[in-house]
Amino acid sequence: MNHLLRSHAPISDAGWKLLDGEARERLTPALAARRLVDFSGPHGWGYSATNLGRTGPLASMPCEGVSGLQRRVLPLVELRADFELSRDELRDADRGADDPDLSELDKAAHRVALAENIVVFHGWDGAITGIEEASPHEQLQLGEATDGYPRQVAGAVELLLSSGIEGPYGLALGREPYRLVIETAEHGGFPLLDHLRKILEGPIVWAPGVRGAVVLSLRGDDFIFESGQDISIGYGSHDGDVVRLYLEESFSFHVATPEAAVILRP
Amino acid sequence: MGFDQYHEPPDELPAPTRTFARLCASLTEEAEALGWYEQRLAVEPDPEAAAIMRDAQGEEFKHFSMDLEFLLRRTPRWREVARGILFREGDIVENGERAEAEAFEGATAGGDGPSRDGSLGIGSLR
Repeated sequence: MNHLLRSHAPISDAGWKLLDGEARERLTPALAARRLVDFSGPHGWGYSATNLGRTGPLASMPCEGVSGLQRRVLPLVELRADFELSRDELRDADRGADDPDLSELDKAAHRVALAENIVVFHGWDGAITGIEEASPHEQLQLGEATDGYPRQVAGAVELLLSSGIEGPYGLALGREPYRLVIETAEHGGFPLLDHLRKILEGPIVWAPGVRGAVVLSLRGDDFIFESGQDISIGYGSHDGDVVRLYLEESFSFHVATPEAAVILRP
Repeated sequence: MGFDQYHEPPDELPAPTRTFARLCASLTEEAEALGWYEQRLAVEPDPEAAAIMRDAQGEEFKHFSMDLEFLLRRTPRWREVARGILFREGDIVENGERAEAEAFEGATAGGDGPSRDGSLGIGSLR
């Protein structure tokens, strides 16, 4: 048994499979960052920091005649979403019910995906620098009218090319811009989605939590998501009525090439 | 000189199986040599002789590891089990049981999580 303490939960093997499957099903469509940035790991729960290869000065030396530096690392963050499930619902699932109420798990899964996207694209104050903060490019205006989207996305691609950043490029779209893109056909009935894909030569990703949109290179080694413990369900406690669980992961995110992304403001 | 590494008539065995058996025999010999050097080093009072034995044992470490890696590459299910045991923290027996279950039964018990580390096993989606 590891730190997740799953074996202490009053949940059958079939119940755990149900919960793991449900969580994976709910998380996968919404984990936009993982579709666009490099993923390293998972390196395990005991993994605490990403090596940056950098050093910082030290205020003093232990004695004369020596010099020293301190290594700089990027500590991993732990992201957790607690939730409760009815034990009656889990018992019914064991009996064969195909519609157990797992809505609290679904909501927790969405919160984790949302948070992960926000951290990668917009940062986590005091902990992780997101793509928006790192990018040195002037932000472009996505605007509300979809007929301007191709021009803005093409402008972002041109900015990246001007900085020597090769494609293919990906586009992370917040919920509202994504909805607008998939519902829009341009003059002549050509879907806007396909037009944007042709400009990018890469994927367009539904990215809940992203404000506006982000165009970024997918050539690799520019954005690194380092996973310690990948998203897991752990056990907290239980009583006669409910079992308290949580979704948790540990990770860091590091922008190696700040020029490799352009932000499109909403 | 016999062909002790073969348990069945060699001419009935396919070539890959004979190679596999040779490397298994080699792995055994390297492991035996490691044990012998360990014992000799434990009793050898002459530091110069001990240094030579230590150097020789280092060679056996390398040979054993190369033999093992070859066998693992040629035997995916063995490799899968080994992946769950070698270079891992935690209880060796527990890791072994879990690795065996994953390799031969396709999945662990639900309480252990869908992946070896207990995670959902989502990873990269690119």
